Amino acid sequence: METPLTARMRKDGEPVGLEEYERAGGYRALRKALRGMMPAEVIAEVKDSALRGRGGAGFGTGLKWSLVPAGPDAPRPKYIVANGDEMEPGTFKDRLILEHDPHEFIEGILLAGYAIEGAAGYIFLRGEYTVAGERVRKALAEARAAGYIGRNILGSGFDFEVHVHMSAGRYMCGEETGLLNALEGRRANPRAKPPFPVVSGVWGKPTVINNVETLACVPHIIANGAAWFKGLSKSADGGTKLYGVSGKVKRPGLWELPMGTTVREILDLAGGMRDGLKLRGFLPGGASTDFLTGEHLDVKMDFTEVQKAGSRMGTGTMIVLDDRTCPVGMTWNLEHFFAQESCGWCTPCWSGLGWAERLLAAIEGGRGEPGDLEKLAGITKFVAPGNTFCALAPGAAEPLQSALKYFREDFERHIREKRCPWGA
Amino acid sequence: MMATVYIDGRAYEADSSRNMLDVALNLGFDLPYFCWHPAMGSVGACRQCAVKQFRDESDKRGRLVMACMTPAAPNTRISISDEDARLFRKSIIEGLMMSHPHDCPVCDEGGECHLQDMTVMTGHDYRRYLFQKRTFRNQYLGPLVNHEMNRCIQCYRCVRFYRDYAGGRDLNAFALRNIVFFGRHEDGVLENEFSGNLVEVCPTGVFTDATLKQHYTRKWDLQFAPSVCVHCGLGCNTSPGERYGMLRRIVNRYNGSVNGYFLCDRGRYGYEFVNSGKRLRRAVWEKGHVSREHAIAHAGELLAASGGAIGIGSPRASLEANFALRTLVGPDRFHAGMADGELRLVRLMIEILRGGPARTPSLRDIEECDAVLVLGEDVMNAAPRMALSLWQSSRQRPLEAARKLGIDSWNDAALREAVQNDRGPLFVATPAATRLDELATAVFRGAPDDIARLGFDVAHALDSAAPGEAGELAGRIAAALGSANRPLVVSGPSLESEAVIRAAANVARALVRAGKPAALSFTAPEANSMGLAMMGARPLSEAFRGRPDAVIVLENDLYRRAPEAEVNAFLDSARTLIALDSIETPVTAKAAAAIPAATFAEGGGSFVNNEGRVQRFFQVFAPQEDIVESWRSLRDLMIATGRAEAAAWRSLDDVIASFEAEFPELGRAVREAAPPASFRMAGMKEPRQPPRYTGRTAMRANINVSEPKPPEDPDAPLNFSMEGYPKQPPPPITPYFWAPGWNSIQSLNKFQEEIAGPLRGGDPGVRTIEPAGDHGAYFEAEARAFQPRPGEWLAVPLYHIFGSEELSRLAPALASLSPAAYLALNPEDARAIGDRAELALDGARRVLPVRIAPELPRGLVGVPAGFPETAGLALPAWCRIGRAA
Repeated sequence: METPLTARMRKDGEPVGLEEYERAGGYRALRKALRGMMPAEVIAEVKDSALRGRGGAGFGTGLKWSLVPAGPDAPRPKYIVANGDEMEPGTFKDRLILEHDPHEFIEGILLAGYAIEGAAGYIFLRGEYTVAGERVRKALAEARAAGYIGRNILGSGFDFEVHVHMSAGRYMCGEETGLLNALEGRRANPRAKPPFPVVSGVWGKPTVINNVETLACVPHIIANGAAWFKGLSKSADGGTKLYGVSGKVKRPGLWELPMGTTVREILDLAGGMRDGLKLRGFLPGGASTDFLTGEHLDVKMDFTEVQKAGSRMGTGTMIVLDDRTCPVGMTWNLEHFFAQESCGWCTPCWSGLGWAERLLAAIEGGRGEPGDLEKLAGITKFVAPGNTFCALAPGAAEPLQSALKYFREDFERHIREKRCPWGA
Repeated sequence: MMATVYIDGRAYEADSSRNMLDVALNLGFDLPYFCWHPAMGSVGACRQCAVKQFRDESDKRGRLVMACMTPAAPNTRISISDEDARLFRKSIIEGLMMSHPHDCPVCDEGGECHLQDMTVMTGHDYRRYLFQKRTFRNQYLGPLVNHEMNRCIQCYRCVRFYRDYAGGRDLNAFALRNIVFFGRHEDGVLENEFSGNLVEVCPTGVFTDATLKQHYTRKWDLQFAPSVCVHCGLGCNTSPGERYGMLRRIVNRYNGSVNGYFLCDRGRYGYEFVNSGKRLRRAVWEKGHVSREHAIAHAGELLAASGGAIGIGSPRASLEANFALRTLVGPDRFHAGMADGELRLVRLMIEILRGGPARTPSLRDIEECDAVLVLGEDVMNAAPRMALSLWQSSRQRPLEAARKLGIDSWNDAALREAVQNDRGPLFVATPAATRLDELATAVFRGAPDDIARLGFDVAHALDSAAPGEAGELAGRIAAALGSANRPLVVSGPSLESEAVIRAAANVARALVRAGKPAALSFTAPEANSMGLAMMGARPLSEAFRGRPDAVIVLENDLYRRAPEAEVNAFLDSARTLIALDSIETPVTAKAAAAIPAATFAEGGGSFVNNEGRVQRFFQVFAPQEDIVESWRSLRDLMIATGRAEAAAWRSLDDVIASFEAEFPELGRAVREAAPPASFRMAGMKEPRQPPRYTGRTAMRANINVSEPKPPEDPDAPLNFSMEGYPKQPPPPITPYFWAPGWNSIQSLNKFQEEIAGPLRGGDPGVRTIEPAGDHGAYFEAEARAFQPRPGEWLAVPLYHIFGSEELSRLAPALASLSPAAYLALNPEDARAIGDRAELALDGARRVLPVRIAPELPRGLVGVPAGFPETAGLALPAWCRIGRAA
């Protein structure tokens, strides 16, 4: 089984340095592209590879790049923004790449920049990722010294700069347009689309925003070809995927597996539930995805199949709920996070999530009232996709609406008994 | 482009460049909204205007969209009445109301609150949120705007107006989720000159009028009339409100061609002078209070006995009042109440504008201009509302580029993102730093003559036939203006320099000759400076030289027009001095007969603004005491001197008819600017009082339980009553904006032909100046380079939005914001002088603190214009300055 994303990573936890990266074939893809491929050819290769965005939305990466205005009349400069604001609760996959193989990711940025005829890239990192920040900065310095970044890269005439920006720390900064505003020093409120960032992004210029893991796939696609990349996958979506598991399993962790690996296989790698605990449900792709339950273990983790099961693959890092943890308490915890992180821009989000959080706190605290569940269900509809300005609140509604569906009896018991049945 | 769109199954023709909220409102639908503002566009934040959109005829499911973010593209299908959409809109109000204090009974916004209106419109009426509300600590924001953050619904309009539209910096959104705080980083006076608009921009009671709070009255209890601002020459339309004989506040009265949705703070808060203790409320005869009739009778006797009186008119009095005085004394004895220099400049401006070829733009036109040269004017302080228009024009060039990206013109946040901080060409040439500098492509600092020279050089660079010299900056300015689609030159009389005005005219002429539809806008110092100059009057100095036997001074503090000694000599030499004024001045104090005059709120009339637009203002309330319009007192004075024919002036329309006979063109414009007093709608007049005016029978019950008959108004088709025509009157006589279900200022949507466009029936005002065509010639470039003189300084006037204008100085809130008088010097010059300086000018000495003006050229001294310490100085003038003890 090939694991291109993680194969080079060192056992000692130190990052792969430039020499080591080059010895293992690093920057070969960049050389290949700059010397022998037109930007449009790079885009075509990525399109053919069926690479879909690893940030959660699963938008076709090649397609996104192809939407950037090209040609001599296109507005310039154009930018690449790497979204490394990994703030989704339960998600820690980008951190692995950033900390352990930063060059792989940087090479991806350079290839993306070349493909869209960009001038610069911004790496937007979660503020708490200080180790990643240091390692990425060091790798950038190495790459710059080696002539991979800067003016006239590898003698090709292609100029490209890369900057690191550490976030001040809000979940909203991970929403791509909120990220753009934050990067410009504004409030991290989302922007309306259209215009899409590919037309008017950072500083109002054409911008591609890609997730870290997505960009890390790109050098492998260019080096080995689209067909090879597609072949790695067990599903229609190309490549391998970093899958993670957290919660009360024996070995929480992260594994690079073929796209389309089943939930059961992933949970097996995590060693199954801790002794004495049973699986009650799981959020397949981070905090903002719908709960699935034991009946969904054979669902293939890809963008299409998880959706069919009633949730989303999201970031591919699942959070497991066991039978000794209160589902109401867990949902409250999640909604507390989302309510706290609402940017305050659109009414359904800032009013609805705060209300939901307070209702859940009341129910968990034994102060729930008959009718509260109807109010909660109403709020999940109130913040449905399209009703809100961005995806934050609809994402927040996903665990809540599915918890109400799968764990309704638990909610009702809390209200009936005026206490948390799991409480001390 | 027009497109067919469908709303609730019916087809409508709509302008496809607009959004569906705009379209729906314009068609008369009641669709609620908060964050959208017609002047500021859409951002899609509040989600209140949700509608169901259908792909096509076969789509029965549809999806919720925000009407404000949905283009009116051909075949757009939406439903407003759709049940899902209706319930969602109701839920939005529920969300907004979760922490709202529901303190409407004690809230100043109550009765004109957009949030109240929208709540009723959606039908939300039951609280399901049972937790604690979030609360905030409020801030002191200064004497103009009150802050009550608990009422906030987070629509972001305040910061969008304050920061994005008006360029303010000290109001911001802080924090997040449901605790976003809109305020300053710390307590303090709001810095922006347009802060008062927050009162109207805020859809609820977070930002309210702090001066209204001193004498609060609900909108429905106010008596209104259509009015025109008196605090500069731009003629912004206002809607003053009165109760119990006291003017309570001013709000904006939309005029699509002039002020649009916004007023400056001087215009909004200057009204307090009407309630001031400095008002002349009772007639004075020989230092004692008498009845007006008594004073007029005595004055008439004196006049009849005198060898003939001269009259001194006023640029702050109406055309009708000035005309009445002119009629009384005769055209040859009628003098302009402006300094000679100012009269010459205003006449020159009128001559230039009439001669063309550039057109004088409205404020709305200015917003559309895409390259601007400001020559000699500190626009923010001399004509503040124009500065707000220039703020918009500086975005025109980058906006064009942004629209090429396919971004809709209403998509505000996206346009601002695409534009970033790009600014179109704007050049500012003034002696000292101005607020517009921050927008400027380049600034030029120089003495008035150097500013004029720059202007001549720009004209020369545009057209070598124009006199001037080559210069680097002039070349850049010429290139920018010459490549613009709609270039604008702004100038005016502030520097009291004919050369500056001629230079501006040359630039405009050169632009027209280069094939550009150039605009040329002059500021005007006072509400009726243009009107008085158009009427024709002899210079003030001739009056001073003439040593007349009797003098009648109309609404004029001559001590602001000429040096004290000259005015004293003039007034003391006249055997009879009769003064009419609304305020006490040193002139009324000297007068044998001082006759109280109506302010704009107590009487009607007409002004001509800087654009040459004649506009009518109407009496807001019938004043008590002896206050009447000056034209009536002057008529009575004529009768008292035996001129019985004056009795024919029974109403304002009679005066206007006489005026038209004398000045056919201007008079016709006055007549056409508003319907006559005889005008009726379905047999009725327009009521000044809202339909829910309360307490009518109780107001005077402590005096007499019988309710008196409301005063008659012979001058206007308006009633001092709540009775009258129940529908929309023509715009010139619309006293305030209100529509059923729309109690707030947002009811304006129901009065406009198109949203943010002209009022139905046309924007008020009649333009009297249209350029004749390009027949004239360039002015000679007569200005010489400024040469500093050893031991002498050239004193130039510096203007202050709060402090330079006579009447608003009497408004306590604004007076508190005015700086103290000073002398401004270049740092180098100041070093030699010290902290306090003695200014010797016009034979008088004044000791004033020195203020450092880093950009003021050496050899100049800046003197605050219109301050009591400096009023009457004829500037620019060479003077001496010495270190003061």
